[in-house]
Amino acid sequence: MGRRGQDYNRKTLENSNFMTQWSGYFGLILQGALVTIELTLMGSVLALIMAFLAGLGRLSRFFAIRALATAYIEFFRGTSIFVQLFWAYFVLPFVGISLTPLQAGVLALGLNVGAYGAEVVRGAIQSIGREQYEACIAVNLGRWQAMRHVILPQALLVMLPTFGNNAIELLKATAVVSLISLTDLTFQAQVVRSQTGNTLVPFTTILVIYFALALIISWGVRSLERRMARGLDGVRV
Amino acid sequence: MSAPIIKIDAISKSFGTFKVLDGLSMQVMPREKLALIGPSGSGKTTILRILMTLERIDSGHIQIDGEQLYHMERNGQLLPADERHLARMRQKIGMVFQLFNLFPHKSVIDNVTLAPILTKGMPRAAAEKRAMELLDMVGMADKAKAMPAQLSGGQKQRVAIARALALQPRIMLFDEVTSALDPELVEEVLNVLWRLCSETDMTMLLVTHEMGFAHDFADRVLFFDRGKIVEEGKPDEIFRNPKQERTQAFLKKIIAAGHRV
Ligand SMILES: Nc1ncnc2c1ncn2[C@@H]1O[C@H](COP(=O)(O)OP(=O)(O)OP(=O)(O)O)[C@@H](O)[C@H]1O
Ligand SMILES: [Mg+2]
Repeated sequence: MGRRGQDYNRKTLENSNFMTQWSGYFGLILQGALVTIELTLMGSVLALIMAFLAGLGRLSRFFAIRALATAYIEFFRGTSIFVQLFWAYFVLPFVGISLTPLQAGVLALGLNVGAYGAEVVRGAIQSIGREQYEACIAVNLGRWQAMRHVILPQALLVMLPTFGNNAIELLKATAVVSLISLTDLTFQAQVVRSQTGNTLVPFTTILVIYFALALIISWGVRSLERRMARGLDGVRV
Repeated sequence: MSAPIIKIDAISKSFGTFKVLDGLSMQVMPREKLALIGPSGSGKTTILRILMTLERIDSGHIQIDGEQLYHMERNGQLLPADERHLARMRQKIGMVFQLFNLFPHKSVIDNVTLAPILTKGMPRAAAEKRAMELLDMVGMADKAKAMPAQLSGGQKQRVAIARALALQPRIMLFDEVTSALDPELVEEVLNVLWRLCSETDMTMLLVTHEMGFAHDFADRVLFFDRGKIVEEGKPDEIFRNPKQERTQAFLKKIIAAGHRV
């Protein structure tokens, strides 16, 4: 024993102090992670719906629908997500629509990312060759039947990688909701920082968590893509 | 004499400033097997595409089975056809393309059953039973579960033929259905066409560079050049004894290129 033993004891003591002190803060950050995940999932669902509505709308036969879809896309791509969020949270109450921070966050994120997604949907649909449309006419499918059963299933595969990128963009953009005091990852990191005075640990932790979540999204999209592409390239199924 | 099943009356078609068809008229009788031959760019594909409503006409009229294709009769007036009218007319017509145009994300059998289920409301079981009969006829029954990407060109084309047949059209259009195939795969597709020709009473229009097959297949051969019918007649007359200089020159060139007649 001797000095080395004493050193060892002192260190474990410090460690356990450190652990009890920080485990509470990690709990906070974990709660924040759940909010961020929730926001990402719900925002993505809304973004997906808006992307298909506006993307198909851009290709409509009817001018009014095309104009509406274009206006939506241009507006939400042309204005800042910060301003959109503030508008949803602080301005909508003046016209009688009060949203919770979560609702405002989902709305702003979904509409914003949906506008980018709409262009992905439109581009993917237009990338399907003319001969597929002509085959549909030759077997007498209606416009919607052709879209639903022939064009969209093929276009979906084209959309998928970019949708993955959009979902990651959405995940990263969720950080803005901390500005309307929604307790997401970024918000909780700031709480921890102000309570401990430590900047390095909380911000490094959430950096790693954001990155891990992004990895999960790209892994999920890639495996979905592989599953959907099965059989299309001549590989035995 | 019965009435023609296809009656083309003075149709014109331009792409931009280029007039492909200029006042073309022709008729096809029910059950007739017609071969359309002619140099590249003479408008053969355009005629088939117009009949399949893949291309609109600028002027003129087409009657299918006694009904206007691109016009609707309302109170004795001819109006431009709407989508519903076109859909009804398309039931009578099927087309097979040079590059097959199968649906790559659907299995062989799903390619064949998709349209009957969607457009005719056929129950899936009945559609699949019928599809298997057709796949059997084109020699593709054992590949029913395969994806198109796993098939050779000749196999794809035979599936495409089964897909078109599944809708039981009265008129079938074939646009150079063997010219994208490797030489050794041409035969298997021609055999299927031959069966259709001898065993069904469909009206068939065949655009081809296979002069030997056209000779055996057709009741009548039309030679096109620059959007006009230069010469028409029985296969023997056209191939053995062409009267027009342009027909003679075309056939000479084809033979020189190694096609048998
Ligand atoms: N969509 C289009 N746009 C512009 N020009 C076209 C179009 N489709 C066809 N053409 C032109 O119309 C003419 C007739 O074409 P078409 O495909 O009917 O000829 P074809 O007799 O089938 O020739 P081939 O034997 O080469 O298939 C050609 O000069 C072609 O370039
Ligand atoms: Mg052609």
